[in-house]
Amino acid sequence: MKLWRWLIPLAAVPVLALLAYGFRVSPRDIPSPLVGRPAPAFALSTLDGAPMTLEGHRGKVLVLNFWASWCYPACYEEAPVLERNWRGYRDRGVVVVGVDIQDKREAAEKFVADFGLTFPVAQDLKGTVSVDYGVYGVPETFFVDRQGRIRVKHVGAVTDDVFRKAVDRLLAEAGAP
Amino acid sequence: MSRLIALLAAVIVLAAPTLHASGQTAKPVSEDVVHEVGVQLRCVVCQNLSVADSPSEMASQMRAIIRERLAAGESPAEVQRYFVERYGEWILLAPPRRGFNLLVWLLPFVAVLAGLAAAAMLIRRWTRRARTAPTSPVTVDAAMSERIRRELERES
Repeated sequence: MKLWRWLIPLAAVPVLALLAYGFRVSPRDIPSPLVGRPAPAFALSTLDGAPMTLEGHRGKVLVLNFWASWCYPACYEEAPVLERNWRGYRDRGVVVVGVDIQDKREAAEKFVADFGLTFPVAQDLKGTVSVDYGVYGVPETFFVDRQGRIRVKHVGAVTDDVFRKAVDRLLAEAGAP
Repeated sequence: MSRLIALLAAVIVLAAPTLHASGQTAKPVSEDVVHEVGVQLRCVVCQNLSVADSPSEMASQMRAIIRERLAAGESPAEVQRYFVERYGEWILLAPPRRGFNLLVWLLPFVAVLAGLAAAAMLIRRWTRRARTAPTSPVTVDAAMSERIRRELERES
């Protein structure tokens, strides 16, 4: 009888623990299976018509940023950050590349002009590159090391802190060109 | 709504040349198979919608990718594996029945069984108590039994 009185509250404990765990993890933090794996190859052309491939950036630390002009406010927050850090790091073997997804060309061009972006930007019109990278929203940013492996995936607006921490770590690694 | 239609139209127009191009050499793909693969995949920009059911541009692009990969000769299972490799098991609407996921599949049955067992035990205890409950001793003295007898006679 005494045991029974305790059994029902005790049975609630694992249920509460499961709920506590479930409500604490953000549903947005979905671990990417691609981290640590080679970055999928892509071949796009920039808004200026120049070819843009993964191979073309081999040996450099690549910051691959997926964005869209309709992605407000996160993409608007990170655009100046990306531009600032691209200018700061471009002479040290770092390339920033923007991939515009689910967007219209005019809107993308206006976005690039408004923020004065000078790093290469290409449109992924068919969504093949974004699916290859397992992108489920914008903005998402992949930091690729010199060997072409995805090392960090950042979901949400990139801050100076996030950018520098990831890039400095990859630059510090051996394998400098 | 009209923007959505315009968006869809744009996607179709953009996708059309590629579909046409791939359709020349690739094997024909049944829309049923595309749908079959799509319903098992989570639309990544929606809440609880499958790639087959969502009208979003992302889902439409994913359907195009499913179609292209099937046309290139991949099996539905291989196409699904491609998406799982990119997005993780999260992309599957039904978690695979192994490992930690088994909890999701088994817990409802465990709960039902536990509930049935608890109900059975309680019912047994209640019925046993009712059966063995001491019936209050009724004492009827001679005067009372005489009165009952009289009243019964008057009734009949």
